[in-house]
Amino acid sequence: MSTHFQEDEILGKAYDARLMRRLLRYVRPYRAVVLVSVLLLLLAAAADLVGPYFVKVAIDRYIRTGDLGGVARISVFYLLTLLAGVTVRYGQNYITQSVGQRVMYDLRMELFTHLQRLAVAFYTRNPVGRLMTRITNDIDALYEMVTSGVVTVFGDFFMLAGIIVAMLLLNWRLALVAFVVVPALVGMTVWFSVRSRESYRAIRIRIARINTYLNENIMGMPIAQLFNRERRNFARFDELNRDHLGSHLQAIRSFALFFPSVGFISAVATALLIWYGGGQVVQNAVTLGVLVAFIQYTERFFRPVQDLAEKYNILQSAMASSERIFRILDEPLSVADSVDPVPLARVRGEVEFSDVWFAYPAAEHAGGDGATPRPRTGEPPLPDGTDEWVLKGVSFHIRAGESVAFVGHTGAGKTSIINLITRFYDPQRGQVQVDGVDVRRYPQRDLRRHVGLVLQDVFLFSGTIASNIRLGNTEISDEEVARAAEFVNAHRFIERLPNGYATEVTERGSTLSAGQRQLIAFARAISHNPEILLVLDEATSSVDTETEILIQDALTKVLRGRTSSIIAHRLSTIQNVDRIIVIHKGRIVEAGTHRELLARGGIYTKLYQLQYRDQELRIPKPVAGAE
Amino acid sequence: MSPRLLSYILRHRRSYLIGFLLGVLSSVLLMLDPVVLRLAVDSIGGRIGPRVLLGYAGLLVAIHLAVWGLRYYWRLIILGASRRIEYEIRNDYFAHLQRMHLAYFQHTRTGDLMTRAVSDLNTVQRSAGPGIMHFFGTIVSSIIAIGFMLSIDARLTLFMLITLPLVSVTFIVLGPMIHRRYESVQDQFSTISAKAQENFSGIRVVKAFAQEPYEIDEFARLNTEYIRRNLSVIKVDGALWPLMMFFIGLSSMVLLWQGGQAVITGRITLGQFVQFNGYLALLAWPMIALGWVVNLMQRGLASMKRLDEVFAQKPKIVDAPDARPLAMATGEIEFRGVSVAYNGARVLQDIHLRIPAGATVAIVGPTGAGKSTLVGLIPRLFDVTQGEVRIDGVDVRRWRLADLRRHIGFVPQDTFLFSDTLRENIAYGMETTDGHRVEEAAEISRLAADVADFPHRYDTVLGERGVTLSGGQRQRAAIARAVARDPRILILDDALSSVDTSTEEQILTRLRTVLATRTAIVISHRISTVRYADQIVVLDDGRIVERGTHDELLARRGLYADLYDKQLLEEELEEADVDS
Ligand SMILES: Nc1ncnc2c1ncn2[C@@H]1O[C@H](COP(=O)(O)OP(=O)(O)OP(=O)(O)O)[C@@H](O)[C@H]1O
Ligand SMILES: Nc1ncnc2c1ncn2[C@@H]1O[C@H](COP(=O)(O)OP(=O)(O)OP(=O)(O)O)[C@@H](O)[C@H]1O
Ligand SMILES: [Mg+2]
Repeated sequence: MSTHFQEDEILGKAYDARLMRRLLRYVRPYRAVVLVSVLLLLLAAAADLVGPYFVKVAIDRYIRTGDLGGVARISVFYLLTLLAGVTVRYGQNYITQSVGQRVMYDLRMELFTHLQRLAVAFYTRNPVGRLMTRITNDIDALYEMVTSGVVTVFGDFFMLAGIIVAMLLLNWRLALVAFVVVPALVGMTVWFSVRSRESYRAIRIRIARINTYLNENIMGMPIAQLFNRERRNFARFDELNRDHLGSHLQAIRSFALFFPSVGFISAVATALLIWYGGGQVVQNAVTLGVLVAFIQYTERFFRPVQDLAEKYNILQSAMASSERIFRILDEPLSVADSVDPVPLARVRGEVEFSDVWFAYPAAEHAGGDGATPRPRTGEPPLPDGTDEWVLKGVSFHIRAGESVAFVGHTGAGKTSIINLITRFYDPQRGQVQVDGVDVRRYPQRDLRRHVGLVLQDVFLFSGTIASNIRLGNTEISDEEVARAAEFVNAHRFIERLPNGYATEVTERGSTLSAGQRQLIAFARAISHNPEILLVLDEATSSVDTETEILIQDALTKVLRGRTSSIIAHRLSTIQNVDRIIVIHKGRIVEAGTHRELLARGGIYTKLYQLQYRDQELRIPKPVAGAE
Repeated sequence: MSPRLLSYILRHRRSYLIGFLLGVLSSVLLMLDPVVLRLAVDSIGGRIGPRVLLGYAGLLVAIHLAVWGLRYYWRLIILGASRRIEYEIRNDYFAHLQRMHLAYFQHTRTGDLMTRAVSDLNTVQRSAGPGIMHFFGTIVSSIIAIGFMLSIDARLTLFMLITLPLVSVTFIVLGPMIHRRYESVQDQFSTISAKAQENFSGIRVVKAFAQEPYEIDEFARLNTEYIRRNLSVIKVDGALWPLMMFFIGLSSMVLLWQGGQAVITGRITLGQFVQFNGYLALLAWPMIALGWVVNLMQRGLASMKRLDEVFAQKPKIVDAPDARPLAMATGEIEFRGVSVAYNGARVLQDIHLRIPAGATVAIVGPTGAGKSTLVGLIPRLFDVTQGEVRIDGVDVRRWRLADLRRHIGFVPQDTFLFSDTLRENIAYGMETTDGHRVEEAAEISRLAADVADFPHRYDTVLGERGVTLSGGQRQRAAIARAVARDPRILILDDALSSVDTSTEEQILTRLRTVLATRTAIVISHRISTVRYADQIVVLDDGRIVERGTHDELLARRGLYADLYDKQLLEEELEEADVDS
């Protein structure tokens, strides 16, 4: 199976001033600490730099003159700088890393917070595996940049500059000779950067593919097993994995070439020094100590260069990661709170749809099979990026306190209506009003807090039964949790679980039966006690009839005075509602009470007959026969 | 070291061996470098001509040219091997998960399994590649360097080696600390991943209950803890590198002090002093790297332990050693005294049920009665605790798992579709993608009419888990998927709960013709779904309490009749009274 979601092929430039500025914004709150860290780093580098100088002084001043005491003295100095160096370095390292951790924390939290605000449509478009990659791997890439990138780059540059200056001061002629190899070095580094950038690009894409595939296939593993897909799925995984290996092997090639090459170039510099510098010593133009110090400096010169090349990579992958993260942060809120929201403290529960037209955003298509949406006659043109109207001019009015049921064939658009009431989506045309105000003018959280929603797809979190009912609202007491469970008749089975309400719930509630899960989701909606609006989307479809009736009896008590909209396929579920609205292919085709609809002989009558007609015919016989 | 990791490494022993040899060779060559320097310096002191100097310079370049070649292959071979190991472990990990039983996935968080496959494996690779490479590189270089140094001046060398015990102590003390702390970092990372994973998967619930602030708080709490654990690792491993630099510096200092004196007293030449310095310089980088490498290895081992934990889980549902390849002849199913318990809690109790080949049996019963558990025994999603389930007279545990499942079309209660095209999803269990059969299956499950309205028809790409379909469409796609594989046994676990009654009726009508020759088990809460079954079984609290046909059960006035009455509309009963 192929991965059909569009890949993130953005890989960015190695350095992008705009992105970098934006990234540095996250470091800004810690700039004082970063400054300290850079200073410490410079100190540490300085401590490093004096080493060869001490050797030079020792040779020229003491060893050649045979001054034993001098040698001992300078050794003590050396030891002191070493101790200072190790302390400074440790402190600097700790400071840098903790800044990195904080920055990573800030960024991860900002990303997560923003994700919480993004509309449902965004999650439909983005596989979970991809979002996971953002919040883990991509943030880590930035962390690496902050810790081993931003700060140590200063150190490396300082080191390089320091070495160059020291060499020039010691003997500029010798220094120039050593620098002859620099063009080769620069060329090598540039080549490496370009090559490794391409490899990084390839590797990133491939690891993201593996993540997405793995995530989906771990979740769907039981299905794969039931359908004997193991071999084929393994082949597919192997393919993705092999691809990933291939791009790594490619990358290793350039890495393997680069590092020894730098070493070789450094040796050439040393050789030049021996040849030319040696000659100078022989001619007494240069002291032997200077030459030795030079040879040591040359060796040290190439280390930061190697480092910088590696930093460049880190920078490069951080740029790519930050671009992808920023793309999510910049993702507009397709369902956003209005700029001057109307607070919603109390709800009466009046719901009105006026000529609502709604289409879902089209899925991303890998191949683009050329099929274009066909606007049908009599329908408004489809907005960009959508495939077909799902709701077509839907208008209805639910009075405060009324209970209304939506029925219709599967795929008719019932759930979509509910998606609009709770503002999971916004309609393209027309208006949805609650209490006479467009829902777009309410803050989303206010609106949803007043709606008790049981979704068609039950979702339980890992935690306990109680935590699944109360979710984050710690105000909901244990008694209230139990009361809600009793209400939906879940209390009985929960009591029988080994730890009652504290029984552990696994991911998605996988160890509970489907009906039990649905009951918990129902109890959740009840315990959050929305004063008015109750929206049930097939809330009892997997629950047995007896329990359902018990719930209904309980509901009729609460429902008095509350507005409710209920979707159900089992007609017995909706027998007590005030009004039934029949949806067919995105339009309202019938509305009225049960009796009125039966009298009309339309779609509802047909649904009804299928469920009951021949049962009715059978009732009298067996019953009569038995009695 | 983990025996598992070792076995992967041993599998690539040739690469590691060749890499090792190349490494040793290049190290030996590199160690000649200070010798040349010494000769050069000593000869400069001795006023030698430029030709000799040029010779030395040339020699130096020649040595490094050879080193260059050797190191290129050294890296290529060892790093390549480590990437292959990563590839093999990842494949084996996936294959291992593929063999794991359902209960394992029910008790393991997806985010956790993901972290191990990606983040931990990455750490393991780094220890098996750069880790091992530099570890041995350093040790070999050190031994050779020490050898050379000893040959020049034993006393000076021993003086310089006083730092060695310090190095060892550092590793012995800090190594395990890093290991432990890093393990706890990775655990926390797993928790964060799993949290994010669940939040994204359940975003609709989060939004519906306005839980965003709580979720953000919780995530912040987990992340704060993560930072804390990370900093506790950094406190330790941050010391390694400066300490290594310090030890190297200490050696240089000793050299400066003792070596300087030795030159003055004439025990060694200045050139030899420079040579010593050269060795130290050569050792400096590997020694500093050693700090990094030890860190890497400790992290790698901690991560490998976490991978081993997954590998150590044994699949509970596997082919028996004497499993037979069987072709399903009839599809007769028999439950003989079957009991099932989850962690001691009885869910099914002494079930006896024979489903003749070709028959359709319906199961009804209250929520949590054990219906799903019962049918899950047939394709061995679970195994019985007692008794046996037989197909064609053979215990399912004696079948080869693949053979058994190949003949079963299963529609689970929770619909799971893949983010692929509708066509691929329906053809999921087919050996070949036969377009005709896909459409036929969609026709049977009454999905075809909906598909006709989709702009991209069967090429419509679904969202993850099929979220871009309506609930009923998803269920029907799952039915089509089961039907498309043309199974001998078809199991529908409440598979029509989100489908309206008129569509249900059409599906059942079509299915009945398909089912005429197949064994079928249908679970439902709706009378309309089950009433035409050859036999209806009422399950309550893990026991079969009634069985018979629709009419027989109605006549018994038991649980089933009760259910039947309850599904009638109240007013309907009145109306029926009036009509008759
Ligand atoms: N997220 C989505 N993206 C694109 N199309 C969607 C999405 N959700 C639903 N649809 C399509 O919109 C139509 C109406 O779906 P909706 O979920 O409203 O149906 P429904 O009446 O609730 O059906 P059911 O009874 O099966 O739950 C269907 O054709 C479905 O394929
Ligand atoms: N993996 C599991 N671990 C522990 N207990 C489980 C597990 N799976 C199911 N159970 C428990 O076993 C009982 C029977 O569950 P099962 O899913 O078979 O019920 P069901 O009859 O299918 O119910 P429903 O009509 O709600 O689907 C329930 O009480 C459930 O909580
Ligand atoms: Mg079930």
